[in-house]
Amino acid sequence: MTTTVTPPETPPAKQKRSRLPKSARAGGTLHGGPIAYAILIVFTLVSLFPLIWTAIAASRDNQRLAQTPPPFWFGSNLFKNLEIAWTDANLGEAFLNTTIVAGVSAVTIVVLSTVAGFAFAKLRFKGRNALMLLVIGTMMIPPQLSIIPLYMMVAKLDWTDQLQAVIFPSLVSAFGVFFMRQYLLQALPDEVIEAARVDGAGSWRVVWHVVFPAARPAMAVLGMLMFVQAWNDFLWPFLVLTQTGNPTVQVAVAGLGRGFTPDQSLIMAGALLGTLPLLLVFAIFGKQIVGGIMQGAVKG
Amino acid sequence: MATRHDTAALPVKGGAAPGRPPAGSSADKDERRRAKLSRRWQRDARWSPYAFVSPFFLLFAAFGLFPLLYTGWASLHQVELTAPTDMNWVGLRNYTRIFDDDFFWNAAQNTLTIGIISTVPQLMMAMGIAHILNYKLRGSTFYRVAMLAPYATSIAAATLVFVLLYGRDYGMINWALDFVGVDPIAWQDDKWAGQFAVSTIIIWRWTGYNALIYLAAMQAIPQDLYESAALDGASRWKQFIHVTLPSLRPTILFTVVVSTIGASQVFGEPLLFDPNKSASGGGEHQFQTLGLYLYEQGWVNQHLGRASAIAWTMFAILIVIGIINHVISRRLRASS
Repeated sequence: MTTTVTPPETPPAKQKRSRLPKSARAGGTLHGGPIAYAILIVFTLVSLFPLIWTAIAASRDNQRLAQTPPPFWFGSNLFKNLEIAWTDANLGEAFLNTTIVAGVSAVTIVVLSTVAGFAFAKLRFKGRNALMLLVIGTMMIPPQLSIIPLYMMVAKLDWTDQLQAVIFPSLVSAFGVFFMRQYLLQALPDEVIEAARVDGAGSWRVVWHVVFPAARPAMAVLGMLMFVQAWNDFLWPFLVLTQTGNPTVQVAVAGLGRGFTPDQSLIMAGALLGTLPLLLVFAIFGKQIVGGIMQGAVKG
Repeated sequence: MATRHDTAALPVKGGAAPGRPPAGSSADKDERRRAKLSRRWQRDARWSPYAFVSPFFLLFAAFGLFPLLYTGWASLHQVELTAPTDMNWVGLRNYTRIFDDDFFWNAAQNTLTIGIISTVPQLMMAMGIAHILNYKLRGSTFYRVAMLAPYATSIAAATLVFVLLYGRDYGMINWALDFVGVDPIAWQDDKWAGQFAVSTIIIWRWTGYNALIYLAAMQAIPQDLYESAALDGASRWKQFIHVTLPSLRPTILFTVVVSTIGASQVFGEPLLFDPNKSASGGGEHQFQTLGLYLYEQGWVNQHLGRASAIAWTMFAILIVIGIINHVISRRLRASS
């Protein structure tokens, strides 16, 4: 059915003839034609190809990667390379470290953002609008500009190569506060809060019994987004952690790539291992993550 | 952004305790207990919002604002990486040093060109993809998730793959270009090819994400706008130009700002794309960005003071961009 309807670039002449608003609308009710599918499939292939090829390269050996034409199908070295990369790059420890960092960061951000977002969305207090503007303003400041004093702090506290050096600066997200505020504005009716208050609930109980349950879907999405961000964070962990002392996955993978006389198939094996967990998360929760990104966008 | 939902209706002024029974003919003791409750209630209503927002602001002050300001202070000092707590006042010398350094201007220029090459096509493609995704499609969830896969891929992993794909002798891209008669390109050595290659990594990672943001905004456009345009005989293309794009202006501005900020910070891609594994962004600094230059000055040359001066220069650039953005968005609002 979809293949027989009009392609996206309907000639104007045809439209004039039909004059039916439904067939001429560019909005969401119109079926896509073959051209639309063709473009989408090409785009999807381009999006997925480097990842697939990572796996192909990881299943070959270094010599094969130094030949033309490049390999287009899987070889037999995948598991051998994965195993070597796993031990060489210290990936076992790196996975554990990154899980801790990303987990602590995501949970903290979600809880703090929900509570703050609730206050900004539903409570009245002096200076609220000014503080909210401050939150939005801080979203525009890239954290990279603060790394030098943070590095001095870490050096002074002797935190180099220790996970807390990465965890502490990653505990806040202005985007998180903004995201939760936008969600709670429309997802949490004032009447529900009032009803809880009439029942004698103080603010903290309102947060626990009303806000958290109402915010659960958005909290899950924000948690996943923040987990991805912390998992993929590169610059800061790269500065304060080393490959031999408590690396995160990104530090370990980059270390593989920056080694001299590198074995390319091993590098690809490391890159593949570092990416797989998130790809799995996206494969399972893709729909929710897509929904979350789009939800955060409309209100932005 | 104005909040119209701020009428959370807390009975602050009235002093009415929650659950207060309608009849007031009760004993004095009871009355006092109520008053106490009511006072606690008022305190709660007045101060709890601050308690709710303060963890964010405290953490932000400690790990965001304070370091940002302290960077300015450090930029006026000579600070060595090996002794980061030893600071010697040098006034503006760090700034004059970097402004006299050709590599600073080279990095600034590279950041600008990589920013343009990566952002403009990225956002235009994202717009096109979003437009297509806005049709009724089979398996639309699949396309949306698939185009987010690059977003799930880290900079490190993505760049390492692209280094192989862009290999001069055995890379797949040169192999494919050979079919159309193009001689092998030295992506990692040539200036423009290198900047183009670095930009494609950024484009690859972010186009799908931005497409979803545009798609969300497109779906929020009321259908009757399209209906009346169609009744006026506007073609699909005209509808896109005269209905879709104007409605998307705030979103476009938002993505431009976010992408610009991101582009000003590019670091990991050129670092890992460098064939010599150095921080110079290629042998001739041909794709060294400001972020990479900051890292080189601070962590390779070990001048944290000079790196701070670079950070604050980047901060100043962002403020200028912010002001421009503010002016444009105000004008947009005034015109609509």
